[in-house]
Order: sequence, then C-alpha cells, then structure tokens
Amino acid sequence: MSRIKSVFATLKQHNKTALIPYITAGDPHPKHTVNLMHTLVKNGADMIELGVPFSDPMADGPIIQRASERALAHKVGLTAVLEMVKAFRQTNQVTPIILMGYANPIEAIGAIAFADRAKAADVDGVITVDYPPEECGDFVRELRARDIDPVFLLSPTTEPKRVELIVNQASGFVYYVSLKGVTGAANLDIVEVSARVAAIREQTNLPVGVGFGIRDATTAKATAAIADAVVVGSRMVQVIEASNEDNLLSNVAALMTELKTAVDAAKLN
Amino acid sequence: MQLYDMPDSRGHFGQFGGTFVAETLVEALDELRLMYEKYRHDPVFLTELAYDLKYFVGRPSPIYHAKRWSDKVGGAQIYLKREDLNHTGAHKVNNTVGQALLAKRMGKPRVIAETGAGQHGVATATIAARMGLECVVYMGSEDVKRQAPNVFRMKLLGATVVPVESGSKTLKDALNEAMRDWVTNVHNTFYIIGTVAGPHPYPMMVRDFQAVIGVEAKIQMQELVGRQPDAVVACVGGGSNAMGIFYPYIDVPNVRLIGVEAAGLGMETGMHAAPLTANSPVGVLHGNRTYLMQDVDGNIIETHSVSAGLDYPGVGPEHAWLKDIKRAEYVAITDDEAMTAFHSLCRTEGIIPALESSHALAYAEKMAKTMKKDEIILVNLSGRGDKDINTVAKLANITL
Repeated sequence: MSRIKSVFATLKQHNKTALIPYITAGDPHPKHTVNLMHTLVKNGADMIELGVPFSDPMADGPIIQRASERALAHKVGLTAVLEMVKAFRQTNQVTPIILMGYANPIEAIGAIAFADRAKAADVDGVITVDYPPEECGDFVRELRARDIDPVFLLSPTTEPKRVELIVNQASGFVYYVSLKGVTGAANLDIVEVSARVAAIREQTNLPVGVGFGIRDATTAKATAAIADAVVVGSRMVQVIEASNEDNLLSNVAALMTELKTAVDAAKLN
Repeated sequence: MQLYDMPDSRGHFGQFGGTFVAETLVEALDELRLMYEKYRHDPVFLTELAYDLKYFVGRPSPIYHAKRWSDKVGGAQIYLKREDLNHTGAHKVNNTVGQALLAKRMGKPRVIAETGAGQHGVATATIAARMGLECVVYMGSEDVKRQAPNVFRMKLLGATVVPVESGSKTLKDALNEAMRDWVTNVHNTFYIIGTVAGPHPYPMMVRDFQAVIGVEAKIQMQELVGRQPDAVVACVGGGSNAMGIFYPYIDVPNVRLIGVEAAGLGMETGMHAAPLTANSPVGVLHGNRTYLMQDVDGNIIETHSVSAGLDYPGVGPEHAWLKDIKRAEYVAITDDEAMTAFHSLCRTEGIIPALESSHALAYAEKMAKTMKKDEIILVNLSGRGDKDINTVAKLANITL
C-alpha cells in the first residue's frame, strides 16, 4: 500500500481529516526547507505538498509566485528539490511527500528519468498543474509503474464527464480546487464546495482533498468537515514570507497548531 | 499529393502544440474550440470578417516591388507585403478583428490581451473600442517604460493597461498574468491571444485569421509577375505574421519559407531570442509544447532583442513542426544587422519598417546577394516603424 493510501486509511479509522500544508522548496532559503518540513510534521502535517519552483507559475497568485522567485534566486530547481526530499527521508520515512509544480521542469529531465529519480528520493505523489489527463498518459504510466501517485486537480468548472476521465487516471487522492482563479484568491463558498465534493464522491472512491481559499481556523474547520484532506498553501507561504530567520519555525508551528486544532475539531461530533 | 492538414483535433502538430493548462481553464478552452469550429466556416461570420478587414483594416494590403533597394542590394528582386499599411500599423489587427467578432458571438462583454511592444495591445484596444467591449491589456512593466507611446495609444482607445511586475517583467510575464485573469473571470471574459502560441485552439485560430496575408499574396504575385516567389521571408517571435504568410504556401512546391528569429547581441553570446536557430530543447510553456529557451532545471531564461515584439523565449508550435519536417527554414539576424536594414530601407524606399520586420529585411538582403536578378524574394513587412523611433534615436544617442 502506498504511503498516501495508508495515511488516509488510518485517518478514516479515527474519523479524521488530513491536514496538508504547502510550502515552496527553497523558500525563503534552501537551508531552511528540510527543517521546515520536519516542523510541519511535528505540528500536525499528515502529508506535505512541496512546491517545485518555476519561472512561470501561471496558475499561482502573487504570494506563491514570490515564493518561487525567492527560491529561484538561490537556483533551487527540481534536482535540488529531490535532494531535499532525500535529506528529509533520512529521519522521516512515514510522512507522504507530494511534489507540486509545472510540466516544464519535468520535461527538461524527461518523464522516465524524472520518475526514476522521484522514486529514488522516495517521493509519494506528483501534482503537475499544467498536465491535464489528455496530455500526460505516458507520464502517468511511468509514475504508477513505480507506485508514485499521480494526483490531479478538479475545478468548479470540471464537467462530470471529465471528472470520470480524471479519476480514472488519478491515484492517492484527487484535489478539488475550491475557487475559480489562482492560488491565494478571495473567499470560499463552503456550501458550494460541499455540494461539489459530494458530487465527486459519487464518481470515485478516492479521497477528496480541498484547497484554495483556506486561510484560518474557521475555513479549515468548515472544509475539514466535508473533505478527506485540507490543503493550506498561500496562507502558509504568507507566514513564511513575513518571518525572519529567528521566528520562521515558531511562526509556522503556530499556524500549524491553529489549523490542526480546527481540522481535528471538525468531525468530533 | 497529401495536402497539409494540421493540427489534429486536439491541437497537436506532431509532438508540438496541445493543451497544457490548469484544470480551471479546460472548460473555457473547450467552449472556445467548439465556438470556433462552429464559426470558422460560417458564411455570415466570414462575410462580417471580410467586411471589417476591407473597410476597417484597409485590406488587401499591397505588394510593392522595392526596386531601388533591390538594385542597391544587387541580386534577387525583393517584394514587400505591406502589412505596415494596415490600420494600427501592423498585421496584428487581422487577428484581433477575428477574435473580437468571436467574442461578440460568445456573448463575452470583456476582452483581455497580453502585449510586448504594444502592437497587439493597441490592435486589441482598437477593435474593443470599435465593438464596445471592455478591454484590459497586460504589459510587462519594463515594456511599459520602453513603449510609452503605445501605452498612451491604448489609453486613448479606452483600454486599461495593467503593468506586470512579476518575473522578467516582459511579454512572457504579461501572458502569465493574462492567463491568471482569464482563469478568474472566464465567465464574462474572452482572452485575445496575439500570436500563434498558447493552448489549442489559439495557434490554429490565430494562424487562420492571419492567413489572409498569404492568401492575398498568392493572388497578388500572380498578377504582378505571373508566378510565385522563390522565397518568402518573415520575422518570427511567437510567429504570427510568418504563419500568416507561410500557411497558404505550405502546399506550393518550390517556394522556400524562411523564418527569421532575433539573434540579439549574437547567437554565440547567448543574449538572443532564437530558440529554433539555437536548437533549444523542447518543453511546455503557455499551454503548448514547443522549442523553448530554458536552463537545465527547465526554468525559462531571459531573452534579448532590440525589438520587443521578438523578445519571446518560445515559438509557435506550428513553426517547431515546420522546422522538424523541413518545410520551413529558420535563421537569425542580430540587432546590428536589423538596424542596418532598417536604415537602408528608410533611405532607399521611403518606408520606415518596424524593428521586428527589419530582421526579415536584413535576411532578405543577405539572401538576395547570392541570387540571380530574375529571382524573387517576398518579405512580409509586418509593421511600420513609427513605434520604434524612440528606440532608434536612443541607440544613436539622440534625445527626441
């Protein structure tokens, strides 16, 4: 069983929702990334979404764009990110790591070579924002051949027919993007999200994660009540951006504690 | 003979092209693809388009025999397809008229565009004013500084110009920002892409709207000299003017198709914008797979050209395909060579060409010298150089 699958299975037994924080690898400086990952786990991360910096992050809002720029200023590319995962794995072999990024860094290495290297680094899942299922059949096969889960995004505009196409290629979980727009935008409409998640569940048994627009305890709790996983990205990156070397880890820990308490409270009753 | 029939139904030109976008954009692109399929052969739509091209844009644009310049160069006869005489001063308007008509039919009251030098932004603002559509243009903040007159033109036409501060603050970043706007406002917004790049159906659709250039040229060359040219030469940034003039010639044997990229400070310096000439690796950017200037990690690298319109790290996927099947050839011209051709055409023919088009002129000049006097080169003079006078003056240390 893949790490992602087993984490979801365990959480389900305890009627809990997964908390998945997102950070961009190399932000604010590559020397902090592995420490940040351990801090996330210590403070309640069930999995980690690790962003691969890219020069042209078209689906991201300004907060995550700036994180990419800070990381790229230190030349943190996909190869360096895989090294960070390896370093993290020296002391943590249980927390699933999901890489999130864009197609071109993968294309630059090649689908097969990337899948080999991701496996060697012990990566668990890959989200590639601009690889829709129609364009990445070979890539998905290479990942699945190595027990790496290809995780796909579903959006408010994804028609049921496409949901079917996507869930047939996905494994691990599917990620419902709760907003039209880029990361870090506006507020989420929990009633609408709830209806969408219910509709997605009719088409797949895969766990459904929800992200985009989750900023605090209130939104995290509301989302956790209806989803299998809550993804927090821009808010996490914002806290990193606002921190200095001395308070970086404690600020991230504080936000994680707030979110974890909220997520754990969601299904208590 | 097997006729050229590209792209496939999902927008692929061999391994190039396609639809590499975030899930949030898929529905919008499906809608656009279906609407374009519906209207591209619709007689009423085509009549309306033809009317606007004739009475608003001023088509057909003439072909002019640059006789004095040909004599001066010595060798082949050089003919110019005068896209510089179009309303707004470049070929860009051929496409914006088409896409705006489509936006109207799709009931989208708001159009957005990206622009580098500002020509596509101006062409979009122009047609938006003419059709009563709200218009927002994204432009890298570096380009906003470099192209102040075009920024003011867009504002005069009622458009909102948004300076983009992210990344390299140039054309590619403007495109990223326009995509972000579209993802957010897709219900009421039509994204008018200005070149033969982007996700399917844009490369095909922009090519089709620009193909009027080559369609006219075939008729005009027959009328003028009784035959087709030996070579057609056009500059390539994203590649829309080149695709427009090449496309109708793809199935015509014995017509060489030559795309001219920007070699900037020289190919050997790495400071250029010529992914095809440099044999850059294949990658994915802005919704399609193509040749891309990038580093080993797959991050897009900064480009250089004296002409903002050629300053783009990728190239339309159909050009990548035409290169691979060897139907078109791709070469590059430096900033200096383009400037020399610019001045030469000004002085001998009384035509001020755009710096982009000057790259095509410079290569035509090189070629012509090696050809016979009765051979013919047709250059797509894609735009006029009025917009570039500040750049040219600055290079000569003149304050206007």
